[in-house]
Amino acid sequence: MPILMGQLPLADWINALVKWLTQFTGFFNAITNFIGAIVNAFQWVFDLIPQWLFIVLILALTFWATRRGKKWSLLTFELLGLLLIWNLGYWRDMTQTLTLVLTSSLIALVIGIPLGIWMAKSDIVELIMKPVLDLMQTMPAFVYLIPAVAFFGIGMVPGVLASVIFAMPPTVRMTNLGIRQVPADLIEAADSYGSTSWQKLIKVQLPLAKSTLMAGVNQSMMLSLSMVVIASMIGALGLGTQVYFAVGRNDAGSGFTAGIAIVILAIILDRITQALNKGQQHS
Amino acid sequence: MTAKVEVKNLTKIFGRRIPRAQQLLSEGKSKAEILEETGATVGVSRANFSVQDGEIFVIMGLSGSGKSTLIRMINRLIEPTEGEIAIDGEDLMTLDKNGLREVRRKKMSMVFQNFALFPNRTILQNVGYGLEVQGVDQDTRDKKAHDSLELVGLHGYDDQYPQQLSGGMQQRVGLARALANDAEVLLMDEAFSALDPLNRKDMQDELLELQEKMHKTIIFISHDLNEALRIGDRIMIMKDGVIVQTGTPEDILTNPADDYVERFIEDVDRTKVLTVANVMIRPNTVNIDKDGPRIALRRMRDNDISSIYVVDNERRFVGFADADDVAALIQQGNRDLSSVVTKREVPITSPDTPVRDLMDQISSTPVPFAVLDDQKHLVGIIVRGAVLGAIAGNEVTE
Repeated sequence: MPILMGQLPLADWINALVKWLTQFTGFFNAITNFIGAIVNAFQWVFDLIPQWLFIVLILALTFWATRRGKKWSLLTFELLGLLLIWNLGYWRDMTQTLTLVLTSSLIALVIGIPLGIWMAKSDIVELIMKPVLDLMQTMPAFVYLIPAVAFFGIGMVPGVLASVIFAMPPTVRMTNLGIRQVPADLIEAADSYGSTSWQKLIKVQLPLAKSTLMAGVNQSMMLSLSMVVIASMIGALGLGTQVYFAVGRNDAGSGFTAGIAIVILAIILDRITQALNKGQQHS
Repeated sequence: MTAKVEVKNLTKIFGRRIPRAQQLLSEGKSKAEILEETGATVGVSRANFSVQDGEIFVIMGLSGSGKSTLIRMINRLIEPTEGEIAIDGEDLMTLDKNGLREVRRKKMSMVFQNFALFPNRTILQNVGYGLEVQGVDQDTRDKKAHDSLELVGLHGYDDQYPQQLSGGMQQRVGLARALANDAEVLLMDEAFSALDPLNRKDMQDELLELQEKMHKTIIFISHDLNEALRIGDRIMIMKDGVIVQTGTPEDILTNPADDYVERFIEDVDRTKVLTVANVMIRPNTVNIDKDGPRIALRRMRDNDISSIYVVDNERRFVGFADADDVAALIQQGNRDLSSVVTKREVPITSPDTPVRDLMDQISSTPVPFAVLDDQKHLVGIIVRGAVLGAIAGNEVTE
């Protein structure tokens, strides 16, 4: 168009930035190794546990988490769902996906909660973080794959990191929200009895923000699950890979069966984290 | 008594352009003028007062009068714009974060209008909170918390959660929490305002009872004048961030500083606060050791009364003589009053009895009440008219 004197070289700048960043190989290698170790540890444990024991453990966890207001339908669903995944031959894919989801949720938690706390304590930080979080969540998730590959190569680790970026915002937001929602007179009470900011955070703010915060963690987990197919494009193994291959082979059957396995896993993770959250609240 | 808390020129201005607002304030401009010129709101304007050791000092005012801001400046929950707050002579404004925290831990406790109990903690953990943040070990703080709950009359709720308790009980917990860390100054922000009237009255009684044992210095915020008059040793009335009047309940009732205070006290049930001392008048007496029947009769005639109170040389109450009996004595030529002096039928009371307690009897008794002090001295009498006048709001200082 004539009004454009010249195209703004935004893409070039970003490329230059990415290229400049790739020279810190040592730093990125360290991260790759660290996250790789977490991934391997999860996977090692999951591979060690026989299928039947895994199912029993999941059922036991659900049984314990839903001890207030037992839901037998959920237990039945879990039993049948996991047996189906086993039967369809997606067991190892399922544990790989679980590894991806748990690792990225864990990292999202470890980074997201402190960020959320910082955001709650400072209005300026909140002002800056809000648009950044919006950007992280609305940027098409595919885009994260490109620098992730540039920095971390192919495999589980870049998949985990792309998931972390996409899945972290709800944890940050809900931590911030939960802390800011603590009634002002409770904060005054904590202050008037001479609490340090740390004591106030640990004894009052975080416990009262817990259920909101946990809702954020639950959302983060669901978002990282939604990343598994995308992450499979850069070599993150799991159910996503099965879906991705099925698309390539135009095989609706195995596409849907792998998809159903993801849905079963999603429902189990969602219900368990929700039940854990409810179980912690006092009536 | 010494000043426990001393506040000098304490000012809080909210909003922007604070230096300009401060300058206008020092020029004597009003809150409305300052708001118009700078957009800043004067919360509290140059408050000066001191609270004595062991007294209950009530700060009164309607909402927006700055009383809540004022009490929060005393422990610096709200940072004052200028002024001084001294506790035991130590200026809090000069303290850094750590110093302030120490003062909050050791010297002051606060009780809140909506209780502000931590819903995630048991009653015992709530009460022990102040000790917990000081790093007191669990056994000691549980014991202290338990004792302090006993003190406010809560038994067996240690392991319950706040939302399982009624409002009145929750505020007892709030009070117990304030008492647990042995602070000498209690800041009570509309502490009983959220309670229903019966609970409120119970809590007021309880506070007075506790105060007799503990002798804390209590700064109590209220918007309820009856409450202020009931519990306050002294009352400070605020309006638009300015202190209008400070004084004892009697001072406020008998000498309201301006129309604002006067309107405030208009609908107070005066019988609750006025004591016999406020409404008694000076009696006409005869001295049984000195005066004879003729003097007695003349005094009665001079004052248009039909009976007279009889005292001894030291003004101790002896009894009461009727005009007819005295006249009979004179006719008999008897010069000794004692044969006609009777103690019968004379109702007796003491100066610090609330007037309300006399209301029932005063309408039925034939002779005025005799007011006697501890040594049985006749200090005054109560006539029906004076009581009615006092209730109606007339000045009765004789």
